[in-house]
This record gives sequence, structure tokens and C-alpha cells, in this order.
Amino acid sequence: MYEIVAREDFSDQTFLLEVRHPMLAKAAQAGQFVITQSHEHGERIPLTIADFSKENGTITLVIQAVGKTTKEMQADCQVGASLFAMVGPMGIPSHISEDVKKVVLVGGGLGVAPIFPQLRAFKEKGAYVIAIIGFRNKELIFWDDKYKQYCDEYIVCTDDGSAGIHGLVTQGIEQVISKHDDIDELIAIGPPIMMKFCAETTRPHQLKTIVSLNPLMVDGTGMCGGCRVKVGGKMKFGCVEGPDFDGHQVDFDELMNRLGRFKADEKIALENWQKHRENCRLMNTEPEE
Amino acid sequence: MADKEKKQKRRTIKNIAKERTAMPEQPPLIRATNFEEVALGYTEENAVREAQRCILCPKPRCRNGCPVDIDITGFIAKIDEKDYRAAYDILSDATLLPAICGRVCPQEDQCEGVCAIGKKLEPVAIGRLERWIGDMAIENNWFQVPEITPNGKKIAIVGSGPAGLACAADMAKAGCDVTIFEALHKPGGVLRYGIPEFRLPNYVIDAELANLEKLGVKIECNVLVGRLFTIEQLRTEMGYDAVFIGVGAGYPTFMGIPGESLNGVLSANELLTRCNLMHAADESYDTPLGIGNKIAVIGSGNTAMDAMRVSLRVGAEHVYCVYRRTREESPARVEEIHHAIEEGVDFHWLTTPLEILDDGEGRVRAMRCIKNELGEPDDSGRRRPVPIEGSEFEFEVDRVVYAIGTNANPVIGQTSDIEMNKWGYIDTDETLHTSIEGVFAGGDIVTGAATVILAMGAGRKAAEGMKVYLGLEDSEEDAKAE
Ligand SMILES: Cc1cc2nc3c(=O)[nH]c(=O)nc-3n(C[C@H](O)[C@H](O)[C@H](O)COP(=O)(O)OP(=O)(O)OC[C@H]3O[C@@H](n4cnc5c(N)ncnc54)[C@H](O)[C@@H]3O)c2cc1C
Ligand code: FES
Repeated sequence: MYEIVAREDFSDQTFLLEVRHPMLAKAAQAGQFVITQSHEHGERIPLTIADFSKENGTITLVIQAVGKTTKEMQADCQVGASLFAMVGPMGIPSHISEDVKKVVLVGGGLGVAPIFPQLRAFKEKGAYVIAIIGFRNKELIFWDDKYKQYCDEYIVCTDDGSAGIHGLVTQGIEQVISKHDDIDELIAIGPPIMMKFCAETTRPHQLKTIVSLNPLMVDGTGMCGGCRVKVGGKMKFGCVEGPDFDGHQVDFDELMNRLGRFKADEKIALENWQKHRENCRLMNTEPEE
Repeated sequence: MADKEKKQKRRTIKNIAKERTAMPEQPPLIRATNFEEVALGYTEENAVREAQRCILCPKPRCRNGCPVDIDITGFIAKIDEKDYRAAYDILSDATLLPAICGRVCPQEDQCEGVCAIGKKLEPVAIGRLERWIGDMAIENNWFQVPEITPNGKKIAIVGSGPAGLACAADMAKAGCDVTIFEALHKPGGVLRYGIPEFRLPNYVIDAELANLEKLGVKIECNVLVGRLFTIEQLRTEMGYDAVFIGVGAGYPTFMGIPGESLNGVLSANELLTRCNLMHAADESYDTPLGIGNKIAVIGSGNTAMDAMRVSLRVGAEHVYCVYRRTREESPARVEEIHHAIEEGVDFHWLTTPLEILDDGEGRVRAMRCIKNELGEPDDSGRRRPVPIEGSEFEFEVDRVVYAIGTNANPVIGQTSDIEMNKWGYIDTDETLHTSIEGVFAGGDIVTGAATVILAMGAGRKAAEGMKVYLGLEDSEEDAKAE
């Protein structure tokens, strides 16, 4: 069992969990993920490690409550509770090269969390770090301070213009590229559609672009192939050959199609769970697992 | 006079029952709707009758056919004498998992394949007898913890499949402090995530694992070795005196034909893991299954049979097997093919898939295949399938399941300097020692996908090597020299 030692709610959808696992905190590197299972009957889901502290022996996960599993975690994962399973760190760590002198990190929505370890690692290696973050509106922004602490330039984009640039992160990228002609690398993490457009924005500039993919997974050890993605026309297993890939080579349309594989089942599961919770609330009893 | 009586009693191929004792089974059309065990096991009467079909050859060939050298005539004679406990003791000298091997070994290629009476009659049902004794041992808790003198050595076992379990048991019995590290949240390897409940019930795996824990073996799940710590770290900073790697070969392969990334195309391992490990067919579990109505399974090995039979049980209307050769060349156990046919799987022999077709929304609509005829034998000695020109055809399916083989699990290779061959299988010497000192390996990760019994045998062999390496035992040569 893996104890939850801290929790923070960024919005009614997004929340942070700090989970105790000293060994994992010691081994974790930027770009890696874990697979968690909140209870014994739960699904195994991959979550990128958003932060890790060797001193505290904890890792941080930032989760968006969208389906049954994550909404249930939002309801049940309180401080003092435990996750049934957590395994990792999984995946090949991001390559934080000394040769990268100037780097742009683009985080969209929830992606702001998992890209943070790379941002910090680049800064610690002495690179000039530019962050571009994108949210729907000002209220949803989180980790402002954390970012400002490590960034040389920090650019906020919002869909409704309530903070920073009024527009998408791709506008931020255009702006940065026109200002700097010596960027070595751009890294983007966020919804697949955002990563796709980031890669399209940098392609004409031949700017190396790394994305972190989030396919559906079961085991995370290379045993099921559920996580397969197409990169440069070749099939790769996201869990063991990724999660980082060359954004200019990734077939994002296929990724997005495959992410919808269980859409129908997921919808039913969510509805059933919500009904169950509502009934329990009405009857004023604790929900049973 | 007495001699004469004895002679008369001696069983020969002429005076034994001609047919092997049938195994009670659930009727095909009923069992295809549930996950209960298909083969119900012998009764005592069945077992004794079958044991009496063994003519107790003085130089039994069956024993040579057994990868772990079980004294087969020995344990069968004890069944005949109705001394079942003694039969179990003979079995457990050689095998850790009789209730499992009795169920899943390909006996027809091993012990039963060389059985002396098998030339004229049906061979003795050795596997069924093994299972019967194994089950009785579980029921009556016969497993005995031997006297163990701790020797202070710490052993790490990576992977909890049959190879790892067997190595762990032997090292624990030798007095070592043994810890198994498993990446998944439940131990057992393929026994747990691959082979379905109706062929190998979970309670059998749990019972055999409980015996291991009685020996003092610790099992730590949720540990991905290589990433949480490396093989090298186990030997250095973590202080393990020896390490065994039994991480298996489960990395599924695809064919590289068009349409493989459509939704509805998946590996048999994924289907089986969702069902067996994650219980996707049980509503109280959250993992989705997304099974379709018309399912084509490509391949004809054990994994393919399991995928087909699981598909039937979770409600598929029609299940096809697509295999490029014929039934005779199928690598699956004979019994599995027989069961699959009985349960209604529709076999397309001599058929090679060419393309998986899209329904326009990124999902599988149909599969296009070509018919083959058998040509000259290839390297494997099996006749090579040759496509028949112009025989392409299309048929409607909404799921395509790949069961065409697997490769080495990659994580250890990615994270260690251990020497491997070009396919990622770990290199060892004949004692199963690898290129890293004190690190042994065995099972599918060394041989490529094989069988439970071979993996178990490898685990035991590595344990022998380890004991010599640790100075707990003399090597065979040294022992002879003395
Ligand atoms: C569906 C199916 C049906 C089969 N049916 C039969 C049958 O009827 N009869 C038969 O004899 N054989 C059968 N086999 C083959 C048999 O199961 C295997 O040959 C055998 O299980 C191999 O044992 P192993 O111990 O080498 O590896 P596995 O059983 O594969 O176990 C390896 C274990 O290591 C774990 N692991 C992997 N990487 C790591 C890591 N980095 N850190 C920690 N743990 C790790 C895995 O999660 C797994 O639990 C079947 C195989 C399949 C897939
Ligand atoms: S998640 Fe199963 S192989 Fe990647």
C-alpha cells in the first residue's frame, strides 16, 4: 500500500497527490511515469511523475478527473488513504543533454505538471529555460511560483485571454521562435491535439521537438502491446520505448483514435458509478466498493 | 507356484484396459459460457483404474521424456497401491507444481509421447494422474516444510513466473533468505495473467504460492526491476549474494500488415491480461474489455486457443482461428485444439491474413486473407505454407487478436550491461550463470517462449548453479573427484 501524504486541489477537475514511496522517489528521473491502481478492483492507469523528492521520499502526481477511475480517485484519495498499487518509475527517462543550451518547454493544461521535472533538470544543467504554459482561463493556472523559480522566460497563454497571451500555446511558440534563433530543443506535453499542433508549428523551423505520449496501458512492462503508437511509420510500445518520441515523426491522428478505444465502455462505467454514488448519498450510507 | 502367480499378475500390454480413463468434463456448450474449469479431474476410481494401465516398465522411457525427471512409474505404482501420500512425496522430489503441470504440460510431446504402451494403445494418462495427486495434496495440505538451516545468504529472484518460483523454492530449502520481485500487482507470471481460469484456476496458483511462503520466501509485487533498481544494484549496494532473472518473454509481435493499429486489433496477451489479471469480464472490476461479436484470432498455439476460448466465454458470437498451416502443424497442446473445436471455434486452416480493413471510423470491419497449400518442409521440418494465387477472400470481423508469438521482455536488457543475443534473450553458460557475476537466468528469457515445465526446470537448474557458486554445494565434477 502506498500512502497519500498530501493533496492539493487546483480546480474542481484537477488535483495533486503526494504519495510515499522512498525507493521510487530515489530512482525517478524526469520524463518517467508510474502505473497506479487505486483499489484492488480498479484499473491500472499510467500517470506521469510531476515531481519527486528524495528528501521526503515522495512522488507527486497531478490528475485530471475525467473518467470513472480518475473521478473516483478524486473522491477517495484523501490524505491518509493509500493506493492499492503503484509501480515505477517506468519508461525511458528524458534525455537532458548538456548540449542543449536553450530549451523551450510547452505545457498545456494538465501537461504543465509532468513537464516540470524536465524544466528543473534543464535549469540545473545550466540551460536557458523558456516555459510556455496554456490554460483555458486564469483560474485554472497552477504552479505559477514553481515555474517562475526555474524559468528564464515564462509565457502564459489562455483561451479566453484572462491571463497572458489571448490564444493557444502555438502562438506562444511562434513568438518565442521569432525572438530567439538559437533554440536547441522544444518539449511539449499536453493533450495529443496540442502536441500535434506544437509539432506542426516547429516543423517548418526544423526545431527538434520532443513529445511525451500517453497511450492506454495495462501492464507498462512491454507485455500487452495496448500502448502501441506509430512513430516514423514504425510501431513502438509507448511504455517501454517511450514515453518520449520525436514529435515530427508521431502519428497523432492514430494516437487520438486509439485513445478512444474504450469510449463506449468508459461512458457506461462513469454513468453507473455516478448513479451508485448518488444513491449512496441519498440513502446517506458510505458507498461500498 | 508363487512365482507363477506373480507372473500372472504382471501387467503387459495384453492384459490392461485398452482405453485410457476418460476425464470428466463440463459439456462443451455449457462450459463455453462460464469460466469454471473444463476438465473436472479424476475420481479415485478413475485414477486407480488409469494407474493400473501402466505396465511399470523396468526402464521407463516416460521418465526420460519428462524435462524434470519425475519418477513416473514410481508415483503411479503408489497410486495403484493406494498410497497417495507416498505418490505425492515422489512427485514433489522433482516438481514444485504438480497441480499446475498436470494441467498445462504438453504431455503428448513429453512423457506420454514416449509411453511404451502408446505404440499400440492410448498412452497412460500421466498428466491426469499427476494433477489428481497434486489436487489431493492441496486439499489435504500435504506440503511439508523441510527442516531449514539458515545460512545467511540473500537471494533476489526477478519475476514470479514458474522459473522464478522454482528457483526460489530450491534456494529457500537450501537455507537462503529469498525475495521475489514482481512487476505486476499479483505473482505467477503467465500462470496468472496468461493461462485462463478454466484451464488453471487461480486457487491452484494461490495454493502453490502459499507453499512457497511457508518456506519463508518473500514476494514483493509492484517492483519493476531495472527501473526501480537495476540488476547491478541488487548485487552491489543492496547486498544480494546471488540473483536469478526469470522475466519471461511476453513482448507480443504483430505481422506488419496494413490496419494493425485500428481499434479492435490487439494482442492475445492484452486480451488475456484484461480477462485473467484484471477480471475485465466481471462487472465489479473496472478494467474494460471491449470484446466484439466476431473475433478472428491469428495463430494456433496455446495462446491462440486461450484467446479464442476466452472470447467465447465473454460473449463473442463467432470466433475464428486463422492459421497459415494445418491442424497437424499447430503448436498448441492437442487437448486445447480439441476443446476449442468442441466449443465451436471456426478454424480457417491454411489461411494467411493480408490486411485488416477499416470501417471508416478507425475500427475493424473485416479481414482480407489468402489461402495456402502445403509445400516442401522448411527449417522447422514442417511443410511450408505456399499462397495460392487468386484465392484472396474477405470476411467480416470486428476484433482481430494476434497470437503469433512473443519476444524477450525488454526492461532488463534496457537497463543492465548483461550480455544478450541479438534478439534480447540473456546469454548464459551451462550452469545458467550470466555475464554478470552471481547473476543467473532461466526460463523464457533465455530460451524464448517455451513451456511451464521447461521454465521450472531452468529455475531448478539455476538454483543448482547458484548453490555451487555460493559454496553451499560441490559442483557435480568436484563431487565426483572426491
Ligand atoms: C496464454 C499462454 C498460454 C500458455 N499455455 C501453456 C501451457 O498450456 N503449457 C505450457 O507448458 N506452457 C504454456 N505457456 C507457456 C508458459 O506459460 C511459459 O513458457 C512460462 O510461463 C515461462 O515462465 P517464466 O518463468 O520464464 O516467465 P513468465 O511466466 O513470463 O514470468 C515472468 C514474470 O516476470 C515478470 N517481469 C517481467 N519483467 C520484469 C521486471 N523487469 N521486473 C520484475 N518482474 C518482471 C512478469 O511480469 C512475469 O510475471 C503459455 C503461455 C501463454 C502466454
Ligand atoms: S502497456 Fe502493455 S505493453 Fe505497454
